[in-house]
Order: sequence, then C-alpha cells, then structure tokens
Amino acid sequence: MRQDDTCHVRSDQEHNIMIKVEGLTKRYARTVAVDNISFEVDKGQIVGFLGPNGAGKTTTMRVLTCFLPPTSGTASVDGFDVLEHPMEVKKRIGYLPETPPLYPEMEVHEYLHFTGRLKGISSADISKKIDEVVGRCALGDVRTRLIGKLSKGYRQRVGLAQAIIHNPDVLILDEPTSGLDPKQIIEIRELLKHLSSDHTIILSTHILSEVEQSCERVIIISQGKLVAIDSVANLTNRLRGSESVAVEVEAAAGSPNPGDVQQRLEQVSGVSRVVLKDSRDGRLSFEVESLQGRHIRSELARSVVNSGWNLSELRAVGLSLEDIFLQLTSTEKTQAAPAAGAAPDNEGAKK
Amino acid sequence: MKNILLICFKEFKSYFVSPIGYAVMALFGLIFGFGFYTATRDMVQMSFRAQMMGQQQPLSVNDMVIRPLLGFAGTIALFLIPMITMRLIAEEKRNGTIELLLTSPVKDIEIILGKWLGALLLYLCVLGMSVLNIAMLFLWGKPDLKPVLVAYLGLILQGGCLLALGIFVSTTTKNQIVAGGVTFFVSLLLWLLSWFTAFDATGFSQVINYLSIVTHMENFSKGVIDSKDLVFYFSMIYFWLFLTSRSMESLRWRA
Repeated sequence: MRQDDTCHVRSDQEHNIMIKVEGLTKRYARTVAVDNISFEVDKGQIVGFLGPNGAGKTTTMRVLTCFLPPTSGTASVDGFDVLEHPMEVKKRIGYLPETPPLYPEMEVHEYLHFTGRLKGISSADISKKIDEVVGRCALGDVRTRLIGKLSKGYRQRVGLAQAIIHNPDVLILDEPTSGLDPKQIIEIRELLKHLSSDHTIILSTHILSEVEQSCERVIIISQGKLVAIDSVANLTNRLRGSESVAVEVEAAAGSPNPGDVQQRLEQVSGVSRVVLKDSRDGRLSFEVESLQGRHIRSELARSVVNSGWNLSELRAVGLSLEDIFLQLTSTEKTQAAPAAGAAPDNEGAKK
Repeated sequence: MKNILLICFKEFKSYFVSPIGYAVMALFGLIFGFGFYTATRDMVQMSFRAQMMGQQQPLSVNDMVIRPLLGFAGTIALFLIPMITMRLIAEEKRNGTIELLLTSPVKDIEIILGKWLGALLLYLCVLGMSVLNIAMLFLWGKPDLKPVLVAYLGLILQGGCLLALGIFVSTTTKNQIVAGGVTFFVSLLLWLLSWFTAFDATGFSQVINYLSIVTHMENFSKGVIDSKDLVFYFSMIYFWLFLTSRSMESLRWRA
C-alpha cells in the first residue's frame, strides 16, 4: 500500500505525464523486437506510433498493456509500473489489439456486457455503459447480431467499443482503422478526436495520413529503435529545407526521350535529384528536388522551354509526412545495415 | 470471486451456443441409457431366476445395477472430458481473445478457476443425464440412497481432476484437436496405471497404483468416503490447476 502512495506522489510531481517508457527492451528468443526505447506521453495527448511492419509497435503496446513483460527497462502508466502494479495499470487502460479480440459466438450486447463486467463495471451501471458505447461507436443496428456474422468494419468498431466501455484514462489502439472503408475511417477519426478531450491515446498505424490528420505528436520507430519523436509540424519543418517540384513535360513534335529530359533537368543549377514518375501519351512527369535553400522553379521552366519542349505542369510539392518517414526509416536502414541479418525475423517475432 | 463467476457463466453459456454441449450430453445419455437398459434387464432376469429357485433374500439393486453403472459412467466421462476441455484456452489463443483476458484487470487464477468451474458445470449437466435413469430405480425399487450420492461425489471429483488436466493441456497449444487428443491419452494413461499392479505388490508398484485415478474411485463406488481418496483427488486438481497457472504465466514470456 505504501508503495502505491509513493508512486502517486511521484507522478504528481512530474505533473501531467501519463505514460512513461524508459530504456524499454524486449527480446524474443533470437531477435530484439524493441531496443532501448524511451518516451513520455502527457495526459490528454493523442500520439501516433509509426513504423514499418515488424518495427516493434505491437510489442511496445503489449508491454504497456501488461500483456508482455519487458526484458529490461521500465514502463509505467499513471505512475504505476507494469511489472509491479499490473492490476492498477490494466484498470486504467483500454486496449484494441491488431485483431479485435472477439468471441464470434456472442451477440454484440452480450459481448459488451461480458467485457464491461470484466473491466470492473458494476452490474448496476452496465446497461447504461453499453447504451453509451453503442451510441458512440454507432453499433445500434447490430446490437443483437452475432459477432461472427458481422463485417470487418463492424467488428473493428465492436473491438473499439470494448476498449472504451470502462472509460479508461489511456487508450491503446493497434491499427484501429485497418480494414475499414474511407467513410468508416473518417468516423473513427472523429470518434478519436472526440475521445481525446479526456483520454490519452496512443494509436499505431502505418498509414501516414492517419497520423497527420489526428495526432498531435508522432513517435517513429524502425527495427525496434526510436527514430524520431516530435510534433507533426516540427517534423515537417525539420526536414523541409529543400523544395520539391513536380514537372510535367510534353513534346511539341514527336515524343521526347525521357533520358534526354532527365539529363537536362539535372543540369539546372540547384537541382539535387530528378525522378521520373510517369510517362504517358508523350507526357513525362518528373519529381525534382532542390538543394537546401534553393529556389529552382523559374530555372526549370526556362530550361524546359528553351529545349523546345512544352511545359504542361509545374507545381511545388510539400514534403509530406510520408517522405519524412521514408527518409528517417531508410537512413536508419543504411546505418543498421551490418545488423540487417536480423531483419527478416522481426516479422515472425511479431506473430 | 465476481470475475470467476463471470468467466464461469460465459464458458458455460458458450458450450450451449455451439453444438458441443448438446453433443456431449446426448452421447453420454445414449451410452449410459444403453448400459442402464442391459444392466436392469439382466438384474430382472436374475431376480426371477433366484425367486424360482426359492431364494428369500432379494438381490441388491445397488450392487447389481447402480455400482457397475456409475463405474461405467466414469469410463464414458474419460472419453467426453477431452471434448469439454479442448477449447477452453486453445480457442482463446486462436481467436486472440486471450489478449483481452490477459489485459483486463483480472488475475490469471480467476481466469483459470472460472474456466474450470464452467467446464465442471457442464460435466454436472452430463452426469445429470444419468440421474434420469437412476431416478427410475428409485421410483420402482428401494435402492439405498447414500452410497449412490457418495458414488456421484466420486464421479464429480474424478471429473474435476480430468478437467483440470484438460485445461492444462489446452494452454499449451492453439490447436483444439491436439489439445483434445493429448488430454485423452494422458487421462487414459492415468487410468491404466492401475493395471501395473495386477500381479505385483512391491513398494514401487504400490506408488504407481496410488497415482491411478480409478483406484480411488473404487471406494467411492462402494459408498465409502476415505480421506485418503479425498486428499488424492483434491491434490490432483490442485496440481493440474497449478501447472495451468504456470503455463499461463509462461504464455506472457513466450507470446
């Protein structure tokens, strides 16, 4: 009991920190799934957990939910350590695993009743809570249907309903929008925004627009290592030193040779990289990147026109989170190249 | 306690959502009914013959029908219990719902006890099928009630052991068929241990004999409650449930 109290005092001192992970490492038999990761999440924040498949997202989430014990390092939720006070941690967490944990032979309301009671909702409150969560997740139509007969989208929502039914402080969602159609994705996004007012949310995804849309901060991991942790805006700024331009060239007579055009574009001063994107009906689309701090659009236009081609499009492209992600994770890959032997196994370790 | 009952009733209910609960009860009812028919028919014939030969003492229904029948019920249960337990944890692992249970504020032991009690409840229903037949004997005859109750107690304890064994096996695999098969063979082995001592009375064979679950059933079917047998059954149940909890714990480390 005394230990609990000291924990509380500590968490109050560090004001609003809800989730704290320090030096977390998780090793499976032969592979390291998560390697020395540290981060903190403040109360009420919504954080995107980003990484390619097998990067260690699921493993980290499983440690936070007390499903897996860490090999070394600590993780705590609301000041409670996952190893020392698992019950306290579990009470504060709502978790939606990658595949929603559903009993196909149960009806939706029956399932919500069971999970709700399991998470400590009293029998007096349970029907009120079910009504509430059915409304929030738009499950009214399928209340009395068998879960086994539901479509993927509905199953995902039932899984989400299970995670939020006891109104937990922290929501941990492992790819909450996978397998949903665009309309449902937007609905889930709205729901998450709504929930974020009084919940701390960690959601993992490999869909980047997802993070851009709904998260305040991004944690990027790759091959078990922390690559970046920052707000979406900061990350974009940090990497935006250079300009990226989409160029479409059309031949005036006959079709231009892609090699020639590319060579000419590369000769323009200030250009660092030219990539051929598409060629169709004699039109060639390129993506041109500038060197740090150079403006190249006018130069590009002049160069194309002077060569006797038609310039049909010239457009600045902002560096999307997708590009940042690729940059960060691919530099990571080259650094970690000697250890690449372990990479294929990472996929397997996730299962 | 609340969590144990919650899981217990969920398990019990799910037996009757799938055909498995009905199938187990129907199979048991059919086979036990057949045994009941042959046993009472023989009993009736023999008592006619005894009366014609001028024997005054009526034959005992307890000895001639109930005792062998309830022993037989234990044998049928040996085949049915793997069908009851095979899905308990293996299915949760396959569905991924084990992740839900292990991340909910519930202790491992509550999950295990809940599942064991749920399975035990179904086993009681299965045994309940035999009560229908035995009750007929009470309607038209005058058997002694107490040894019957004791025999049922023995059956329940023996079933409890095998159910606990079954749950343990079910934690070790994702595949229900494997879980069922292994449970069946291990229980068969525990059953056959009593053969080991047929013509042998050395200390070692005594120990082996003691470990067989049938030897302890014999006293119960005679209507005798021996503390030695109670201790055996309770420690067996404890042993297998303990192994189950260790195995659940290791699920987290291996995952």
